[in-house]
Amino acid sequence: MAEFLQFLFSGLTVGAIYAMVGVGFAIIYNSSQVINFAQGEFVMIGGMATVALTANAGLPLALAVPIAIAIAALTGLALQKFAIEPSRGASVATVIIITIGASIFIRGVVEVALGKNDRALESFSGDEPLRIAGATLLPQSLWVLGALVAVAIGLKLFFDRTRVGKAMLATAQNRLAAQLVGIEVNRIMLLSFGLSAALGALAGLLTAPITLTRYDVGIMLGLKGFCAAILGGLGSAWGALIGGLLLGIVEQMSAGYFSSAYKDAVAFVIILAVLFVRPSGLFGARGTDRV
Amino acid sequence: MRALLSARIGGVLLLAAIVAALPLLGPNRFYVDMAMKSWLNAAVCIGLNLLIGYAGQISLGHAGFFALGAYASAILTARYGVPGLVAMLAGAVGTGLLAFAVARPILKLRGHYLAMATLGLGFIISIVLTRELWLTGGPDGVQVPALFVGTWRASGLETWYWIAGGAMVLTAWLSLNLIDSGIGRALRALHGSEVAAETLGIDTTRYKVMVFVLSAVIAALVGSLFAHAERFVTPQEAGFLRSIEFVTMVVLGGMASTFGAVVGAVILTVLPQAVATFQDFKHIVFGAILIMVMIFMPRGLVPTLAGLVRRPGGGPGA
Amino acid sequence: MNVLTMSRRALLGAAAFAASIVGGDFAAAQTPPPIRVGAFVAATGPASFLGAPELNTLRLYVDRINRSGGVLGRQLQLSIYDSAGDARQAVTFVRRLIEEDRVDFIVGGSTTGETMAVLPLVTEAGVPFISLAGANVVVQPVGERRWVFKTPHSDTMAVQKIYEDMKRDNMTRAAILGGSGGFDQSCRAEARRLAPEYGITIVADETYGASDTDMTPQLTRIRNTQGVQAIVGCGFGAPTVITARNYRQLGMQSIRFYFNHGVASPQFIAQSGGAAEGIRVPVAALLVADQLPANDPQRQVALDYIQAYRAAFNEDVSTFGGHAYDGLMIALDAVRRAGGTDRARVRDEIERTTNFVGVDGIFNMTAQDHMGLDLRSFRMVEIRNNNWRLLY
Repeated sequence: MAEFLQFLFSGLTVGAIYAMVGVGFAIIYNSSQVINFAQGEFVMIGGMATVALTANAGLPLALAVPIAIAIAALTGLALQKFAIEPSRGASVATVIIITIGASIFIRGVVEVALGKNDRALESFSGDEPLRIAGATLLPQSLWVLGALVAVAIGLKLFFDRTRVGKAMLATAQNRLAAQLVGIEVNRIMLLSFGLSAALGALAGLLTAPITLTRYDVGIMLGLKGFCAAILGGLGSAWGALIGGLLLGIVEQMSAGYFSSAYKDAVAFVIILAVLFVRPSGLFGARGTDRV
Repeated sequence: MRALLSARIGGVLLLAAIVAALPLLGPNRFYVDMAMKSWLNAAVCIGLNLLIGYAGQISLGHAGFFALGAYASAILTARYGVPGLVAMLAGAVGTGLLAFAVARPILKLRGHYLAMATLGLGFIISIVLTRELWLTGGPDGVQVPALFVGTWRASGLETWYWIAGGAMVLTAWLSLNLIDSGIGRALRALHGSEVAAETLGIDTTRYKVMVFVLSAVIAALVGSLFAHAERFVTPQEAGFLRSIEFVTMVVLGGMASTFGAVVGAVILTVLPQAVATFQDFKHIVFGAILIMVMIFMPRGLVPTLAGLVRRPGGGPGA
Repeated sequence: MNVLTMSRRALLGAAAFAASIVGGDFAAAQTPPPIRVGAFVAATGPASFLGAPELNTLRLYVDRINRSGGVLGRQLQLSIYDSAGDARQAVTFVRRLIEEDRVDFIVGGSTTGETMAVLPLVTEAGVPFISLAGANVVVQPVGERRWVFKTPHSDTMAVQKIYEDMKRDNMTRAAILGGSGGFDQSCRAEARRLAPEYGITIVADETYGASDTDMTPQLTRIRNTQGVQAIVGCGFGAPTVITARNYRQLGMQSIRFYFNHGVASPQFIAQSGGAAEGIRVPVAALLVADQLPANDPQRQVALDYIQAYRAAFNEDVSTFGGHAYDGLMIALDAVRRAGGTDRARVRDEIERTTNFVGVDGIFNMTAQDHMGLDLRSFRMVEIRNNNWRLLY
């Protein structure tokens, strides 16, 4: 039991990162049909910027966090404004290459500006593990999980209660119709990039104390987040959220109960299985693409 | 039709002439090495271009197929004493079967599910190659014996330059023929509008699967050649970044253009060497070039430039 | 015409090279030709923890040596490329070093994979090559590795040192925990191979991916295995830090934790945030230079390197930069003794390196041993109060 709980805690913490990255994928895909391979870089920016602002610039954490999120969000906006929007109407492959180019570029900038070393961030409230029924949990994990809950509630309110959120949903449903009823689709897309960048950055800075961060951590986290989004059904924010948590839990459970040798492959095997059996994902509604 | 035919033969002849003339121009063997790798990459990209440019599908796992071919040659010849050409064939057939098994259910769906499936498949291949130390030598890679055809030993950079160049020209010729055939027309119809193609009675799934398997087999064959040329393979050949590199070559050079695939492959093989002199800034420069080209030439270099030459102001390219 | 040639040259990355050649020829009228030093390291990518300090060290010391008049009155000209730890890129860069840059010798190859991939090239061209890779296979069998030498301690030695230490304390049951990269896997293979020799039983063998962020499942499995006395950790970088933290989180301090020399950098201690207390590591003298007795021959060499590196880059040294330092110095020493840069003579002189005091240890190369270090070059340290504490 203690063992199971330990793997569960571990899985939830890891899964929460995947979930937040996955939600970011879903939001952007929804509003623009773009698969943004630079998504992982936002996670990296969140972590690296917070480390740089606290350790290098000496700012207090409470100030560094919002600035780091703002930096990531601005990067997201810039990506949409200067790289995605000008290539409107280009093929899917072209846009994918642009986001890959952007991710290489962002990594390069951070590499030059902040160096190639691993960077650690102080835990927000100490490193003394909490003991629950024989298992241990780091206080930082509570921050991560708490933030995930907050994000979930925030998104729910945003999409249900605000005009902008509803407009975003409408754009995802039917872009043309949305335009006809006066929604500024470009604005919505801009917003979706900013929002998902901010989410990624939040995940990055919350987990940096547990996982460390480096200029190139975004590659793998981005891909795992992408897997989460596919698992949940690409385009469904809630699906990505649940998909991320599931992915994290399955990964850690398989490492704990079976073997750690192929733990890395778990996410990708799941993806193949999902595509074979239920390509719309666990929560995706549509069976096929729109024509 | 005759004009098209001559353009096809002319294009292949031009490629062959470039392959033949290049060693005369290169100041030393470093350039021969780069050219050889360019031709190998180009051959993979010509195959991948059929998939991306004509079947409208993206593969994010082609490096996995490339590596399967490379490792099949490495392992079968070194450990089991299988003759080089047989090992090569076995790698190609095995890769083809794997590609078919994955593509058949996935390509029934409309949309970009193949991209996701190949992403997963590529990763699984790369993880297996990294983990199974006893078979593959693990992350530090494995040495590959020289290729013997009968008693003739293919060795030396110059020899491999000609083999790579020959393979590339041959692939280009096959690709251009395929595009001009009934299959090619079906593919073009399919790329235009899948629904329309279907209503015309074209079995779109079948064609897409065929092209995907073909491109995977080409990648595996070239992987085998690469393994024998380099005499060493590491699991990095199967890496996700390598798969991305192949796609980037195709898209940068120009989708649905065989010559575009060649140009893209050459540029992206040479560019890292060129930006190496930028030292710390090389990733920034590389990323920026990629973004700029794709924004300003979304159809890729060759179609865009060809369009400019033919009729200033644009239009569909070669 | 001009524009055309220029742009083509720039594309081939030859502009800088051409300029340097022209400049070199021009200068040749007054001064002797430079000594051409070639290098390729994994300055970026997953092995950048190795390559980045190596790159820094090579640039730093080539510059310092040039300012103090060069070697044999000749300046050093460094051509250095970032292989990103990728074997394919390494091959192309080594081809470039040999054919285009015409280097006199090569120092580099941060990882075993990229070193192995370039061996046929350097052997064919007959260029002295000092590798910075860990595994023994780089210089063995020595009959086929005529042109190849290496400076880093091998993972065999790291494991031997760890097992010796376990034996001292009568420990016989060990668990292996390591990553999936080349550096990790080669250490894990050695740990499995050497265990019987030391009467040690491997009771668990766990692994993680290079970008994993939580190792509690693996550690929990080890904790639940009966009678584990020590964990042998094989790895480097972020995963080792996370492992150390998880080790503390799970309260496993009753099991002794060894890491191989992959963690021998001050960042490991700093980033572990106190979780590394009690962990034992075999390290080069470099990391405990200030604790060495005053009569230790390595003390001054190590302290000088530390001071120079810190002054130049404002960061602490790791052992990996030290490998590059030793490699460059051994090669230049050989050039000095050979009285020039004739490749064959430089190779012979490298092989005759005796009692060379480097930061990695004291090198004694022979025709049979192209590394020239023995177990004495490793010191066992324990991490105490966030610092390396020299045990012996």
